[in-house]
Amino acid sequence: MRIGVLALQGDFIEHEHMLARLGIEAVEVRLPRELEGLDGLIMPGGESTTFGKLAVRFGLVEPLRAFAQSGRPVWGTCAGLIFLAKDVGRDQVTLGLMDVRVKRNAFGRQIDSFICDLQIVGLEDKPFPGVFIRAPIIESVGERVHTLCRLEDGTIVAARQDNLLATAFHPELTDDLRMHALFAQVCERSSPGRVAYET
Amino acid sequence: MSNMQKQNGAGFNGQGEKAHGRRVGTDELKRGLAQMLKGGVIMDVVTPDQAAIAEEAGACAVMALERVPADIRAQGGVARMSDPALILSIMERVTIPVMAKCRIGHFAEARILEAIGIDYIDESEVLTPADEAHHVDKRDFAVPFVCGARNLGEALRRISEGAAMIRSKGEAGTGDVVEAVRHARAIIGEIRRLKTMRRDEMFAYAKEIQAPFQLVEETADLGRLPVVLFAAGGIATPADAALMMHLGVDGIFVGSGIFKSGDPAARARAIVEATTHFNDWKIVAEVSKNLGEPMVGINVSVMPERDRIAGRGW
Repeated sequence: MRIGVLALQGDFIEHEHMLARLGIEAVEVRLPRELEGLDGLIMPGGESTTFGKLAVRFGLVEPLRAFAQSGRPVWGTCAGLIFLAKDVGRDQVTLGLMDVRVKRNAFGRQIDSFICDLQIVGLEDKPFPGVFIRAPIIESVGERVHTLCRLEDGTIVAARQDNLLATAFHPELTDDLRMHALFAQVCERSSPGRVAYET
Repeated sequence: MSNMQKQNGAGFNGQGEKAHGRRVGTDELKRGLAQMLKGGVIMDVVTPDQAAIAEEAGACAVMALERVPADIRAQGGVARMSDPALILSIMERVTIPVMAKCRIGHFAEARILEAIGIDYIDESEVLTPADEAHHVDKRDFAVPFVCGARNLGEALRRISEGAAMIRSKGEAGTGDVVEAVRHARAIIGEIRRLKTMRRDEMFAYAKEIQAPFQLVEETADLGRLPVVLFAAGGIATPADAALMMHLGVDGIFVGSGIFKSGDPAARARAIVEATTHFNDWKIVAEVSKNLGEPMVGINVSVMPERDRIAGRGW
């Protein structure tokens, strides 16, 4: 199995390290041709405006949309979530795939960044360390979107829509491999020739 | 927990706890923001309009300044922290992180920058040092710091003081990349040698480079610095950015190189593209075309010793 990591900018190497620890081959994606033969794609943390500018200039927007629409799993963390979203409340290039309204820098500036324990659907065995860095939140979700995690005040910070997964926090900055393992399982199940992916 | 800490999150001692068990100002968060900047370009800007041009070009952050290093050089005098009103006007204009510089050792300037909500502080040799013996105790802040270094010992001393990101010093405001190359090669080359050392050699090496043994050992185990390393000082072209990325840095600072050039928007965009695609020489060649005049440089090798600023800090 091969999972791509969008490598335009951001902490893509941290995602590659997590995949390597799971014994999965990671492929850096900067150009459309690098999407070929991948079983899934992770879009990392970083600056979503930078992702958008570079994706437009190097012709990645439509190929990324087509990749997700082919049913292969795509997971966005932080800036990756913003890049997946339909509505980010401002004029900014995104893939517009996930039916969510996202608010950028929702907690404030860097001094408002924080770490807290999270309860995530599917990872009930123990709390997950949530690292929020100038993080966005999901303000509202469409009908097809399942909420996977809320903060204590009810704010949505993780969600899923069919083959799309989004987290406002950074599992790749922790030692906890469970989110990556879960995503890899979904990629494994949905890869061609395997039984259809059930949720 | 005091009321001050409850109100300010981290209070005045860096790390702390907020409501709902939220931990703030930790090393993980400070270093984590630098990890989000990797593979990107941080640009010096002196007005909100320049910040908007930088963001539009794809900058992953901006450094808010009153004067770029080339002008600080040309005008002389004491270079200080910029006016907080200017910095705030830049913070309001863009959605990407905003950094600002304080003088080496000037913890009051650093507190002011923290108080206005800056995302990263550069304790910078580009400004006139305020203390000739002590750097800011950066562990005591909730906001993260980036510091310049010329070699591994200097980088690890800054990290021991709490720096969450390191950059080469280079020779700012010259447009001459030679010093950034020297410093990046020194830091990365010394780490390569460190990886081959036995532990008894590491003890002696730590003493030689005047760095804490624990950080020397951690660097040897990781095979890289424990924090993100960017290149800075004299980078002026897409080729300079690609060169530094190939030497092994995580990202690029461009100071005077953009807004002292003939076509800042085009050059800014090209340097962003070359930093992302540094492994693809056809793309680096393509983006290097038709950028107009680069900044007029100063050749560091013929520069008088007293004009050099990389020697500031210790």
